[in-house]
Amino acid sequence: MAAGVAAWLPFARAAAIGWMPVANCPMPLAPADKSKRQDELIVLNVSGRRFQTWRTTLERYPDTLLGSTEKEFFFNEDTKEYFFDRDPEVFRCVLNFYRTGKLHYPRYECISAYDDELAFYGILPEIIGDCCYEEYKDRKRENAERLMDDNDSENNQESMPSLSFRQTMWRAFENPHTSTLALVFYYVTGFFIAVSVITNVVETVPCGTVPGSKELPCGERYSVAFFCLDTACVMIFTVEYLLRLFAAPSRYRFIRSVMSIIDVVAIMPYYIGLVMTNNEDVSGAFVTLRVFRVFRIFKFSRHSQGLRILGYTLKSCASELGFLLFSLTMAIIIFATVMFYAEKGSSASKFTSIPASFWYTIVTMTTLGYGDMVPKTIAGKIFGSICSLSGVLVIALPVPVIVSNFSRIYHQNQRADKRRAQKKARLARIRVAKTGSSNAYLHSKRNGLLTEALELMGTPEEEHMGKTTSLIESQHHHLLHCLEKTTGLSYLVDDPLLSVRTSTIKNHEFIDEQMFEQNCMESSMQNYPSTRSPSLSSHPGLTTTCCSRRSKKTTHLPNSNLPATRLRSMQELSTIHIQGSEQPSLTTSRSSLNLKADDGLRPNCKTSQITTAIISIPTPPALTPEGESRPAPASPGPNTNIPSIASNVVKVSAL
Amino acid sequence: MKLLPCSAAKTSSPAVQSNVEDELEMATVRHRPEALELLEAQSKFTKKELQILYRGFKNECPSGVVNEETFKEIYSQFFPQGDSTTYAHFLFNAFDTDHNGAVSFEDFIKGLSILLRGTVQEKLNWAFNLYDINKDGYITKEEMLDIMKAIYDMMGKCTYPVLKEDAPRQHVETFFQKMDKNKDGVVTIDEFIESCQKDENIMRSMQLFENVI
Repeated sequence: MAAGVAAWLPFARAAAIGWMPVANCPMPLAPADKSKRQDELIVLNVSGRRFQTWRTTLERYPDTLLGSTEKEFFFNEDTKEYFFDRDPEVFRCVLNFYRTGKLHYPRYECISAYDDELAFYGILPEIIGDCCYEEYKDRKRENAERLMDDNDSENNQESMPSLSFRQTMWRAFENPHTSTLALVFYYVTGFFIAVSVITNVVETVPCGTVPGSKELPCGERYSVAFFCLDTACVMIFTVEYLLRLFAAPSRYRFIRSVMSIIDVVAIMPYYIGLVMTNNEDVSGAFVTLRVFRVFRIFKFSRHSQGLRILGYTLKSCASELGFLLFSLTMAIIIFATVMFYAEKGSSASKFTSIPASFWYTIVTMTTLGYGDMVPKTIAGKIFGSICSLSGVLVIALPVPVIVSNFSRIYHQNQRADKRRAQKKARLARIRVAKTGSSNAYLHSKRNGLLTEALELMGTPEEEHMGKTTSLIESQHHHLLHCLEKTTGLSYLVDDPLLSVRTSTIKNHEFIDEQMFEQNCMESSMQNYPSTRSPSLSSHPGLTTTCCSRRSKKTTHLPNSNLPATRLRSMQELSTIHIQGSEQPSLTTSRSSLNLKADDGLRPNCKTSQITTAIISIPTPPALTPEGESRPAPASPGPNTNIPSIASNVVKVSAL
Repeated sequence: MKLLPCSAAKTSSPAVQSNVEDELEMATVRHRPEALELLEAQSKFTKKELQILYRGFKNECPSGVVNEETFKEIYSQFFPQGDSTTYAHFLFNAFDTDHNGAVSFEDFIKGLSILLRGTVQEKLNWAFNLYDINKDGYITKEEMLDIMKAIYDMMGKCTYPVLKEDAPRQHVETFFQKMDKNKDGVVTIDEFIESCQKDENIMRSMQLFENVI
């Protein structure tokens, strides 16, 4: 619950009066405000700068240094103030956190100094407000990277003993700088890629004439040499590919990756060529395959970061490019059509069809102007000029837009990913806070039961169970408890270790009879060697509020023993409470009340609300009367020594 | 109350302002409450209590008024598991006695004064006013059903036992059987007060929050 909203708790509690006339059973008692002292100003002296605030402001967060009793260690008796020998600038942010409930991170502050201060005051950095959280996380990450770099450079020459041979190889492939061997390999492959590309290029250059035949390209003149070079390159590439395949941590993923596809495409033509040399018919196709050898140049992208980034940005700007293409196509078709029909009249026109005019339109719009097709009619020339003018616009304008789009989209992608990750974290934090508060309620319910029981017994055992929640929390929990009572439902927490199920059986629904009887049996069989029980059993007047007016006849065994005193078994204790309210209509439904009447264990209370508390606590002895305390029954006397018990207890009194 | 030379709207006599100032008022709704002494006289709180209340109020609503959205947000912080917007809506209408869409500090204090320091009669009156959604002086079954559903919504989904579909309706039936003396299908203020006064539980729980401040 946010601190600022704690101030509205009195309002929420007052508004709970709206539920009262609707509720069918009495409400639990409100937690008493034991500390009735007036709110006082306290002075916090941080390295000479004095801050003042209300005491209640600090107590909003009881598990921090300032909100707990830990600050008493810093109390200076002489000056009656709390002195902290820390940075006053950061303290300002810390104090604002108490005041507003939001923790901010000042940009000028060093991240590690800030973290230190937060740790000192016992504040978790995760609660930094969303406005400053991004900045904080960025700085933190930078800092962590810096530290890691420092560590890495220290440990640079240390070899990792636990890496397998395969893992070392993969690391060497991915990161050439890790070892000299990897570096050598890197340069060798790079050299061979360059050799292969240059061979492909030089192959086609005409190389001087052999006497007696026409000019040949070098490839055919020195075909053996080129073939040897090609074979060598392909050998190297194949070996490299196989080694990578062997070293890859996930072979399937490696095969599907872009780089490996490029590798395969680069070396396939050679092997296909080897297989197909004998067949002259497909030599045409074989020649085409040689074109794919040029893809070897893409292997350079492993060696160049820039190529990779370009590829990525092209991929991410695909939609922009597609749109450009589409609008260009539209313009081309329009102008081509216009030019065709304009030039239809002229004789010997080159604009033989609309697709033929496409070429003219493209050349004109991109301001190339080859001049192989020119319009001859006046209309053609007019439209031709319009075409080239609009071409300038259509082509030249989107290009800078696309370029800036590239950088924008690239950066945006980075930021969007960051924000997505942070949003998940933020939502998780909100969820945790919400479940935290409802879990806190349920846990405090359990603790409240135990604490009260402990208090009743007056034994100091298990003191650690009675962890005090702050007053605000206990008031909040009381409010939630009232809601439970009004609706007759209860909050359920799914904790296998600790299941606290307090259910109120409303008048129109009832628990499974068998479970009920079982509970009765269990409770009746439990031995309560406490000193209290005799007093209770002897005392005829323990009644619930409703039944206080009725005759006070206690029934037998289960009732008197039910005031929970001590668990016989650590596993289960059932206490059965029966509260009362004026519900004449109850007798119509098959409520547990009637059940009681039938089995004779319970007298017929005119009213019937049964609360079954089933508390399984896998821990050593604890007491478990229901934590709720009802207004004290009318009858005093033997009740005085156990006022709370009396109100907690099962009173099933007779009619 | 002194006239302030800024765009702060005054609580009283809005009719005096011109249209231009009305627009200004809507743009930046600022509200300063009546003087402390006046509020102390009007309500049953002491000065110190009013101070504490106002500090909390101003912290959450620096502009001086709570609109329905903020109200719902604040109220939902107390009931994290369920959906308290409907009930907060009804509460808001109960607090906003002059129905201007905003709860000022005076409205707030007026309501709280009744709830925390009022007589049982006044409290019951307030509760009746809460249930009577259209403020016509009668609580019909539909109104009560709405209120009941809103209350059950606040519990959320994870409850034990699991909330049945007709639980609110049943609860309303119970309520009407108790309250509606002449069985005419509506509950009037007199029937309500009379029935509540007869029920000890209700009487007792009305006193529950005396010491909240």
